[in-house]
Amino acid sequence: MTTQEALFKYTLRLGDNGLIQGQRLSEWCSRGPILEEDLAITNLALDNIGRAQAFLKYAGEVEGKQKTEDDLAFKRGEREFYNLLMTELPIGDFAYTVAKQVLISAYEYFLYTELSNSTDEIIAGISQKAIKEVRYHLAHAKDWSERLGNGTEESKARLQKAYDELWSYTGEFFETTEEEKVLAPSKVAATTKNFEAKWNDMINEIFTISSITPPTAGWMQSGSQNGIHTEHLGHLLSEMQYLQRAYPDAKW
Amino acid sequence: MGARSGLGFSTKTSEIILVKKQTNMTQDTQLDLWEVFIQGKAGGDHKHAGSVHASDGKMALQNARDIYTRRNEGSSIWVIPSKYVVASLSEDADMLFDPAEDKIYRHPTFYVMPEGAQQI
Amino acid sequence: MSTAVDLHTSFQEKIDKDLKIEPKDAMPEDYRKHLIRQISQHAHSEVIGMQPEGNWISRAPSLRAKQILLAKIQDEGGHGLYLYSACETLGISREELIDQLQTGAAKYSNIFNYPAVTWADMGAIGWLVDGAAIVNQVSLQRTSYGPYARAMVRICKEESFHQRQGYEIMANMMKGTKEQREMAQDAMNRWWWPSLMMFGPHDGDSPRSGNAFTWKIKRQSNDILRQRFIDKTVQQAEVIGLTIPDKDLKWNEEKQSYDHGEINWDEFKRVINGDGPCNKQRMDHHIKYHNEGKWVREAALAFQQKQAK
Repeated sequence: MTTQEALFKYTLRLGDNGLIQGQRLSEWCSRGPILEEDLAITNLALDNIGRAQAFLKYAGEVEGKQKTEDDLAFKRGEREFYNLLMTELPIGDFAYTVAKQVLISAYEYFLYTELSNSTDEIIAGISQKAIKEVRYHLAHAKDWSERLGNGTEESKARLQKAYDELWSYTGEFFETTEEEKVLAPSKVAATTKNFEAKWNDMINEIFTISSITPPTAGWMQSGSQNGIHTEHLGHLLSEMQYLQRAYPDAKW
Repeated sequence: MGARSGLGFSTKTSEIILVKKQTNMTQDTQLDLWEVFIQGKAGGDHKHAGSVHASDGKMALQNARDIYTRRNEGSSIWVIPSKYVVASLSEDADMLFDPAEDKIYRHPTFYVMPEGAQQI
Repeated sequence: MSTAVDLHTSFQEKIDKDLKIEPKDAMPEDYRKHLIRQISQHAHSEVIGMQPEGNWISRAPSLRAKQILLAKIQDEGGHGLYLYSACETLGISREELIDQLQTGAAKYSNIFNYPAVTWADMGAIGWLVDGAAIVNQVSLQRTSYGPYARAMVRICKEESFHQRQGYEIMANMMKGTKEQREMAQDAMNRWWWPSLMMFGPHDGDSPRSGNAFTWKIKRQSNDILRQRFIDKTVQQAEVIGLTIPDKDLKWNEEKQSYDHGEINWDEFKRVINGDGPCNKQRMDHHIKYHNEGKWVREAALAFQQKQAK
């Protein structure tokens, strides 16, 4: 894999994580448990989509085939997306969304902290902005995790179930991808193994304050780094890409 | 729901009857009412922006941020449960504020200074 | 101590002097009731309005369009919140207001009982529906009740981006492919008349007009506002090549405004009384997600009570 190919795939993945997360979070619009939270979740979605736009635009430049961020978002197929599997899972109930947000935001907190010092200027710039957003996402999710875990019997049960079900999708966070092997030595990319322990510590702290029993470790889901996704992604893309695919000559 | 009682509605002419619907099972509320104050520029006053619903301070702050500062309107936020706001009654306005009207000696312009005196 | 007569006199004096009435001021019970109904229905409209537009977020045809639509709908939710806040100052809880909406005791703007069937509807809704709302809301900035007026000022600042967003979508499509142009004109055809109905019946036919004007809750008549909307919008349509679906639309040189065809008030009455394309769907959606959120609200309360111990 050349450096250019690695950088293209690396930035695609960063963009795709934002895009698919944003797409899922925006499903909460007009469905939130209270109006204030509807607006809060929409803000999270907007942050993610904005970040996706920035990374996909850069990815297009790196690839060098004149593709815009929209070309990349709306015209790639299921096997060309590199978002982490967890991001494409359905939103589930509010506990599921909160648990997902805790796990991913904690990961992104450490990822973007490291990428803020990337030797690639563009990645560093986007990451410096992202880290401010992610800190808020993490605070918001962590506070809700604490409330639900210590709220009622029902909220605690739902939250525990959510963490238990999502746990097998966390292994992927710390797989060393081919792109990382190429780009990490020059510190363009982050070395995810560097913060795996810190992430575990943070998650365990959140489990403790949420009165949650840490899920038992077991087999981990995998595949997104090779574009092998869950069955959910295809449906998500059908909906997201519909207008561009139905009207290929149209400019929107 | 004590959120409104602290504001002291004038009850002499119009009785306000709060009809609270009894929901079955546990209480299902829209949480509590909080008042929001936003400081625009650092060093400026916090101004009342409106209210939000929340069940604790962290939620109230985050909600206030999401609702009232999306367009760069804020550098600091204060939130307070509405029930803690104590407000003056409008029919007391003349008793509270009129007496200040004629005490013009509190204003520097009341005083005639000798010609030529500086920095006074 | 002020007598009842004094307090009511001072209320009307304030109104006549264009002073604001604030939450702690004495006010006639009918004034309070009128405001609760009007402000809450305005708030409900914003919240219900999130649904037809929310329908297209997942299919927005570009990343920019997706962000803009999300931000717009977020604003609508925010407007609902400002208005619920203003309404709560009148001594009613948000639980009660939501209950009124869900039992049908309170209404919301009729316009949202129509379906958003194509992407072009996002353009039509932003341009026409928000455009009509702006005309109404600018007028309401001078309403007599302080919290309502202040909410309106805030809302008006945010609303003009909404209209521009919609108009931009339409303008863009009208410069596009044949299919895009047809889609835009089709959306225009379906949203024009319902938008005119947003201003309400002719003032002669409106039951609560009298008090609304005496108390300066309402500052200008339905017909005047409707005419203002038509006059500015026709020009905007012409600039981008859209046709207004009204064969009786004609410029009146003497009045310096457009004469227009008669509005189908039977349709208006039918839809507002429950028999519209989306009435049931909008309410079912609101009730469903409110119920699904119950355990979350209960958990937040339970956590709060534990913290207090």
